[in-house]
Amino acid sequence: MTAFLIIFIAALLAVSIWQISKIFKLGKAPDPDSEMSEVANDKDNKRNGLGMLVFVISMYIMMIACFVGYQDYFLPDAGSAHGAEYDNLLLLTTVVIMIVQVLTQGLLHWFSYKYHGKKGQRALFYADNDRLEFIWTAIPVVVLAGLILWGLFSWNDIMDANMDDDPLVVEVYAYQFNWRFRYSGADNTLGDANVRFKEGLNEVGQDPTDADGMDDILTKELHLPVNRPVLFKFRSQDVLHSAYMPHFRAQMNVVPGMVTQFKFTPTVTSEEYKATEFMTAKVRKINEIRRQKSKELMANGDVALDPYEFEYYLLCNKICGATHYNMQAKMVVETEEEFNEWLSTQETFEKTLAKAEN
Amino acid sequence: MGQAVAVAHDDHGHDDGHHHHKETFVTKYIFSQDHKMIAKQYLITGLIMGTIGIAMSLLMRMQIANPEQPSVIFEALLGKWAPGGVMKPEIYLALVTIHGTIMVFFVLTAGLSGTFSNFLIPLQIGARDMASGFLNMISYWLFFTSSVIMIGSLFVELGPASAGWTIYPPLSALPEAIGGSALGMTLWLVSMAIFIASSLLGSLNYIVTVINLRTKGMSMTRLPLTIWAFFVTAIIGVVSFPVLFAAALLLIMDRSFGTSFFLSDIYIKGEVLANQGGSPVLFEHLFWFLGHPEVYIVLLPALGITSEIIATNSRKPIFGYRAMVASILAIAFLSTIVWGHHMFISGMNPFLGSVFTFTTLLIAIPSAVKAFNYITTLWKGNLQMNPAMLFSIGLVSTFITGGLTGIILGDSTLDINVHDTYFVVAHFHLVMGISALYGLFAGVYHWFPKMFNKMMDKNLGYVHFWFTAIGAYGVFFPMHFVGMAGLPRRYYTNTNFPYFDDLADTNSLITYFALLTAAAQVVFAINFVRSIFYGKKAPMNPWKSNTLEWTTGDKHIHGNWVGAIPHVYRWPYDYSKLNEDEEYVIAGQDYVPQHIPLQPKEEEMNH
Repeated sequence: MTAFLIIFIAALLAVSIWQISKIFKLGKAPDPDSEMSEVANDKDNKRNGLGMLVFVISMYIMMIACFVGYQDYFLPDAGSAHGAEYDNLLLLTTVVIMIVQVLTQGLLHWFSYKYHGKKGQRALFYADNDRLEFIWTAIPVVVLAGLILWGLFSWNDIMDANMDDDPLVVEVYAYQFNWRFRYSGADNTLGDANVRFKEGLNEVGQDPTDADGMDDILTKELHLPVNRPVLFKFRSQDVLHSAYMPHFRAQMNVVPGMVTQFKFTPTVTSEEYKATEFMTAKVRKINEIRRQKSKELMANGDVALDPYEFEYYLLCNKICGATHYNMQAKMVVETEEEFNEWLSTQETFEKTLAKAEN
Repeated sequence: MGQAVAVAHDDHGHDDGHHHHKETFVTKYIFSQDHKMIAKQYLITGLIMGTIGIAMSLLMRMQIANPEQPSVIFEALLGKWAPGGVMKPEIYLALVTIHGTIMVFFVLTAGLSGTFSNFLIPLQIGARDMASGFLNMISYWLFFTSSVIMIGSLFVELGPASAGWTIYPPLSALPEAIGGSALGMTLWLVSMAIFIASSLLGSLNYIVTVINLRTKGMSMTRLPLTIWAFFVTAIIGVVSFPVLFAAALLLIMDRSFGTSFFLSDIYIKGEVLANQGGSPVLFEHLFWFLGHPEVYIVLLPALGITSEIIATNSRKPIFGYRAMVASILAIAFLSTIVWGHHMFISGMNPFLGSVFTFTTLLIAIPSAVKAFNYITTLWKGNLQMNPAMLFSIGLVSTFITGGLTGIILGDSTLDINVHDTYFVVAHFHLVMGISALYGLFAGVYHWFPKMFNKMMDKNLGYVHFWFTAIGAYGVFFPMHFVGMAGLPRRYYTNTNFPYFDDLADTNSLITYFALLTAAAQVVFAINFVRSIFYGKKAPMNPWKSNTLEWTTGDKHIHGNWVGAIPHVYRWPYDYSKLNEDEEYVIAGQDYVPQHIPLQPKEEEMNH
């Protein structure tokens, strides 16, 4: 209410200033001499033309500085089979658009400088040229056609979620504000599920009468065996979420009322990924930042930050409510044996049901 | 028919002239039916909304730079939403939502297109007013009402709408999911429904006016590119806004009357909802069927304004007039069939993703043609660096930078990993936010003399431009890299993922640039208000422009021209045209306004 009052008073003030100024204006006569003084003259043209030149040079420097200074912002090599193709396409596209960017910005600002207005300078009456128009329609057509074709082939490969290569079927289940994972068990078939079955320990609403679901295993962490295709089935119990696994170049929205899917093959185990040169340097840098911050925090009597160790993560990337910013889950990619061992320590749905009945 | 209309309007104009002195404060400034006054109302309402919208973005940036730190500013402005001065996550999302809504609809749709379509269409085509001044007035007052409701929604108990400006259900449908989806969301929907009605009335008026009320000789191929842009923008609006209205209506039904258009299988707060069979993806389709054309509704007027300003200030015809018109038409058509590129990973059939990738990259072609044509227009010109011109050049620059990253986002494959990251935020802010704002500023600087009979201070204009240009790139260029790191947008704080710790410095840097950019807008605000009252009196035609609005004289009457409406004999871009003797067509003057008949020794051209 106070805010509203302040706005109201500000509006009243504005009105009174307006009225007062109107009174002042009545006594003023226009000055015909200075008529064109607010239109750019030769000096303004020169200064601002030069400004354009300086601007584009600074822009080049900024672009270079960003690419150099932020190179470790780019995600490291992907941990998935299709990731390399994704990265190549991204690299090619980036190179193409940066070439166009440098050329067009250069011309735009260079012309702005070179042809800045001078008294007596005559502009060229040059209204059209079909040949030029044709050339700069054709070039984007060809370049874009190439990019589109490559992109579409990759897209078809990536989105082809078939069962031909015996993928591991895993359900990713999202809710405000956490994730659950359901492994399809020995039969590699997920049991039917609907939120209407949700009750107590049956967190993802599995149908207790469906035999396919008895060997399903519900977990809080996402573990995957390396080099085996994984078919993710996504479900949400409340609002839209998005399962984003940036290090695998994988993302799919999680939609209540339907099952979405995404398939990829993790190719680098967590241990290998942590040991890469990029990741060790990155983690060292982050830990240095965290140490500095911890010093400040401790000086203020707060708790220090934990040192960071990289783990693959899955995060929510679709606005989903107040705690959207912290909806994350740990992901582990490990060898087949490690994975099987981990999975055997988890509880099947059959056991969960039995526990609930007792 | 054209004759009859012209005569009828002559009478009308005469009538108005007669009653001119009887105009009261209310009919002149408030319930005015004069398109020029309505344009100013749109502009000032738009600028006030813009101030609120930009202030919100600063609050967000301050939170991102110093996450969860107390601030007196938060405490003063957010009150109960910032206990102890620490911003709450709910209000962060509300700021995200209302900032987007205000900037896209209230500033860049109504403030930009509403202002300049209203102001320029009658003046530049040689009409006394819009086809229906009354509908035009209604249109503004509906817009005003929707603005008031939208601002009012900021003060409700559970907070304003917080589901993002895209208001995807179920988040926007369920008050259990987020507080903002209670009364705040209802007000949002009511406000937008009224806004759409306003926009449709306005657009229909623009279309009818451009088709029917052009003065004698003003064929479609002699229209200034501004009018082409406004005309086509209005058509896109009429085609796509009703779809958003439908989406809003269905969402209202889902929220209040228990239907299940967008809801299915939902378990929330320990309860299963009865809704069954709806699909949030359906809403996404409906939303983006407007949402994407909306980008061009925002952008095309800015490009039209820029075309006019670049030609005038280059003292050259716009290069490739017909290609520019064709590009506008191509963009308009394609804009209605690319909406799916917002939904590559929404769960829709991947085959659709392929189709939308194809159409999306197609739309890059007319956009590229436009950019090249602007650059060629500058080539060998005699560039007059007025503030409007600087903003126009700036627009071309940000349009290119922002447009190019669209090639990454429009490619369904590449979208997988950058979708909903800061890369997207950087992209669309440059290509539609900053570019369209530059268009708005360019338009204000250029037509201010016509609107208020005063000149704006050029030196303050230069300060405004250069700080804005530096600030805008300083904010949005590094942001691409933050996005490439995989940082999701709409996160209240990034400290819960240590992986993003090393982005914190860059985020602070972006915030400093944002503050600088906002400070530059204060210079504009001062210049704008001061010039209205104390600005130097404007000459008749300060920029030596060819279009008809500069022939009206400085009397602001309802009806525009005191005498007869001028007839048109040529296109609007005869700048620096030479006759057979290699001299300017009109001796000593490098421009030939549209109402000047063909001169002796002048070659007639068909553009």
